[in-house]
Order: sequence, then structure tokens, then C-alpha cells
Amino acid sequence: MTPIILLPLGNADVSMVSALSLALAEAFSSTVYVRECDINLAPFFDGQRLQYNSTAIITYLHNHIEAFAGESLQTEQGTPRLLGVIDEDLFIPILTYVFGEAQLQGRVAVVSYHRLQNERYGLAPDPGLTFDRLRKEALHELGHVFGLVHCTDQDCVMHVSTYVEDIDLKPASFCQFCRDLLNIA
Amino acid sequence: MKKSEIGILVVDDELIVRESLTKWFREDGFRVDSAENAAVALRKLPGGNFTLMLVDIKMPGMDGIELLQRVREISKNVVVIIITAFASVDTAVKALKEGAYDYITKPIDPDYLDHLVEKALKEQELLQENRQLRDRVSEMATANEIVGDSTEITKVLELIKTVAPADTTVMIRGESGTGKELVARSIHNQSGRRFFPLVTVNCGAMTESLLESELFGHERGAFTGAQYRRKGKVEAADGGTLFLDEIGNIDPKTQMDLLRVIETKQFTRVGGSEIVRSDFRVICATNRDLERAVKEGVFREDLYYRLNVFTIDLPPLRARRGDIARLAHFFLERYARSMNKDVTGFTPEAMYALKAYDWPGNVRELENAIERAMVVTTGQSIDRSHLPMQTTTTATADGKRLEDMEHRHIEQILKETGWNISRSASILDIDRVTLYHKIEKYGLKREP
Repeated sequence: MTPIILLPLGNADVSMVSALSLALAEAFSSTVYVRECDINLAPFFDGQRLQYNSTAIITYLHNHIEAFAGESLQTEQGTPRLLGVIDEDLFIPILTYVFGEAQLQGRVAVVSYHRLQNERYGLAPDPGLTFDRLRKEALHELGHVFGLVHCTDQDCVMHVSTYVEDIDLKPASFCQFCRDLLNIA
Repeated sequence: MKKSEIGILVVDDELIVRESLTKWFREDGFRVDSAENAAVALRKLPGGNFTLMLVDIKMPGMDGIELLQRVREISKNVVVIIITAFASVDTAVKALKEGAYDYITKPIDPDYLDHLVEKALKEQELLQENRQLRDRVSEMATANEIVGDSTEITKVLELIKTVAPADTTVMIRGESGTGKELVARSIHNQSGRRFFPLVTVNCGAMTESLLESELFGHERGAFTGAQYRRKGKVEAADGGTLFLDEIGNIDPKTQMDLLRVIETKQFTRVGGSEIVRSDFRVICATNRDLERAVKEGVFREDLYYRLNVFTIDLPPLRARRGDIARLAHFFLERYARSMNKDVTGFTPEAMYALKAYDWPGNVRELENAIERAMVVTTGQSIDRSHLPMQTTTTATADGKRLEDMEHRHIEQILKETGWNISRSASILDIDRVTLYHKIEKYGLKREP
């Protein structure tokens, strides 16, 4: 399947991104590369909202995708898809926050684990749970990149989640219908 | 409805808002379009088949409220949610007054947005379903079950049309089987109460205590076997129509109770003390001569006058023979459908027999005769031999059957009309001179 490039953005935990790459490789049966980068996130920061504009980040990544993918990767295994992983709080202008954003049937997505951490809700940190949630949201956003819309099946990772509790309720896997659409076994 | 069939139109002058919301709803699987101002939105609206609009309140030129007003002029069905930068009571009240479903403030909580849209669409679907059901009920209600175009039945149909919307008490009089319940249903279906129940009580089929319990219901323990509280028919008819069939057969005590409940619209259940209110219209039917029953003292005069506000007299089938063919075809089609038989009509002999018979059991007897014939027939037509009536068996034997039948038929009509020549000629559909000739021919004489 199409290769996936993971980009840890800002202070994102590289070891968590590496672990994520293994989970995504298994889920999509594709090669996943982790590329280090030093993108300056300051232009995407909104001083009033104290959040990062995910739409602006996606636009930037889309415009620079070749730089992250590399020529050889594109010619050998098709057009790669790019997922930025960030630990900052994201927003799109009309909404108060988002866990991630993707180009529907496009090439780029971004996912944040800022609001996926228990400590944001006054609970004891649980890195395992944070990773589990990040894995689900990464699968979800990449699902959009590969053309999937929200799924009505609550046992599918493409089911919509607007609260962190909703993420915990769904599995880290696609339902058969979405698997068929993705053309994965 | 599939989400891909639901159209959402986002109207906002800010490109980033349009793009964000478009993307958000597309990820949900909706069909989404956007407009940068009210004018563009109004252009897109007619052909866009949109179920929901998200409209920014503050836009250059026509603002969101004015757009909402214009949208309401075009369509009542589109759900409009207003987006505003600052929540204010004035804005909210104004938007809701103009028919907006709700309003949301920027930036929007994604969870709130999802739930609001889901709720609005669900309500819209229910409203749509409700509208469709109401249309179907109205369609069914106006479909005429009373078949016939004779002068007599046309008069009845006109009376139904006149009295139906008036909410007054109606008394239907007619022989058994003439279709009194059909008339009651037709009145109910054409009245303002048609979306509420039509509750029928067959007063002739019950004993005094059973009828009382049936009409007014009973409390738990009111009598042996009353294990639960049960609502009566009067209560069940709240908002609708109470049809009291065979009203002439009710006992004196129930007559008194009925009079009270018709006048006060209040009653107590059997064995209870709680006053129950019910808003219902009364239609009653009888095949008895109630005036005589009043004179004989077996029917309360006050109840009679309370019920006899508007009377519809249903003619017996023999008095509207012109309708027999239509009715026969109506029942034939009905039973052909329900029995899944390819029967398309009657042989001339069968139709002749149907028209000649007196039908003492009226339309009900005719219906039963056709049903029976439909069961026994194996061909595409109903023949005389399939019909159960005995009328022409003797006449067919002697070779003068047509004249015999005409003789008997004219004699019968003259008897029914009390030898009123004009009415008899009209029923027979011949002119008066011809009728005189026939009377002379057959040697008919008025009995003293």
C-alpha cells in the first residue's frame, strides 16, 4: 500500500511517533517512515486562542511534501501520504479545538495528542492510554486522507469522536466496510 | 436517509469559515456547498436540495436574519442554524422568531455542533415523515367509500359534506346493511377531528352492565374480574368521534348516563369517583323507528332530541337500483384484489339478476353475494349460477321470464312509493306515460 511518512512536529515525543509508525504499518500494511524535521511552528500559533492553526499547518506540509518524501520514495512506491504528529493544542478557525485535521482524499493530515492526555483533564498521567488514543486518531485522520468519511458503525475507528471519552469507546481498527473501501485485508 | 443525500449549505463571508465547515461536514459524509454571501445563497437554494443551512449573522449586504426571512418565503422545510460571533439575547430571540432552528456562537464547540446538527436533522426527518403521514391520511380520508351516483346517494353525500365540518351531532337512519358505519366514517374523515380516533360502540350487542363498562371504562376492582383500570370508549374518543351504532337498543339507565356525558362531556369510570373529561363528537345510527320508541316510552325523549340534531336517511338498496351495477363492480374489484383472482366482470344474466333482486339485506347482502360468487367462480366472469339469490329461478322456467320480472318489479316499486306515479317512473327510469301503459298491460291495481 501507499507509503506513509510520519513527521514529529515541535516537541512531539519521537519515541511515541516511532511506536506509532509500527502500529500504522501493521494497520495499513504499508511502509511507514519517520522523518525528523525542524519546522518552525511559530507562524501557526494564534496568540489570542493560545492554540495552533491546524489548517495552516496542513497547508504548509502540503506545500513541502516533496521535501519530506524524497524523490526516490515517490517513484518507487507511489505518492506517499504525510501525517504530522504534534503535542500542541490544535484548532480550525470556526471550531474551539480539533484532535486532528486531514485533507479528505488528499495527501496530508495532522494529529495532536495534546488533548488525548489524562493530565489535561485533572487525571493521573497514563502514557499507555495516551498512545492508544493517538493510534486511533492517527488511523482516523489517515482514513480521511485515503478517502473515508465518518462511519456510523460505533465499532469502527472512523466513527466520529469529539470528546476524548468517545475515542476510548471505539477500537483501533476499521470495520469491514471501511476495510473494503481502503482495500486492505 | 443517507448522509450523502442530505445537503448542507454554509453561508459565511469568511473563506476560512466556509472551508472549515465544508470540510468538517464532508468528513461526516454530507453533501456540502458554500456561499460567500446571501445573494449567492439565494441563487443556490432553489436547485440545491438543501436540508440544512448554517448562516453567519453578520455579512456585508444582506445579513443572516434577512437571508433567513427570504429563505422562509421560499421554503419552510430548510433547517436554518444561525452562526454569530457574540451571543446576545437580542440576536437569539430575533433569529428564533424569524424561524431559525437554533444559533451557535463562534468558535463552535465541535461536539455541540455535531449534536445540534444531528438533532436538527432528526427532527426535520420526523416532521417530514409526519407531513407525509398526514397527507396520506387526508388522501385516504377523502377517498370515497360510499359508491353510487343515484339521486338518493348523491343527496346523502351532499348531506355528509355539509355536516362533516360542523361538529354537530348526527343521527343516521337506515335499514340494516345500508352502510351507516360508512357514512359515520365519511363524516369523521371529512371533519376537523379526522386525525383523532373514530371509536365505534355497537350498543345492540351488549348487556346493560357490559355497555356501561364499555362506554365509561372501569376502575380496578369495580366488579369481579376487573383486575385493571380500563379506559372506556368515551375516553378513547377524546378529540375524535364516538359512533354509537344501534342506539335504539340501549337500556334506560345507560340512556340517562349517555345523555349526561353528551351534555357535560364529563363522566366517572364504573367503580370510580374521579371525573374524567373527554372532548368528542357523537354520531349515532339506528334501524329502528326512534320516534315510535319515544312515544312508546322505551327511549328517552330528551336523549332523542339531543341526538337528533341533524338526520341523514340512508335509502335501502332497492330504492337506488341504479347504483347496483357500480356497487357490484366495486366489490368485484375489491375481492379480485384480495383473493388475487383474475375476474373482470359479470355475465349479462348475472347483472340482470343483481339488478332485479330486492336486496333485503341491502349493500351488505350484495357485498356478501359478490364475495361468495368470487369464491366459487373459476372463470373471468361471474355468472348467474355463482350468485346465491333465488329470485329468477321460477321465472326462468316458463318462457315469459322478462315480462314476469317486469310485472313484479313495477308492482313492487309502486307499492314502495305508495303508488306515486312520478316517483315510481323516476326510479324505473321510464316516463310516466310508459308507466301507465305498463300498469294497464299488467292489470296492476292499487290495493285499498
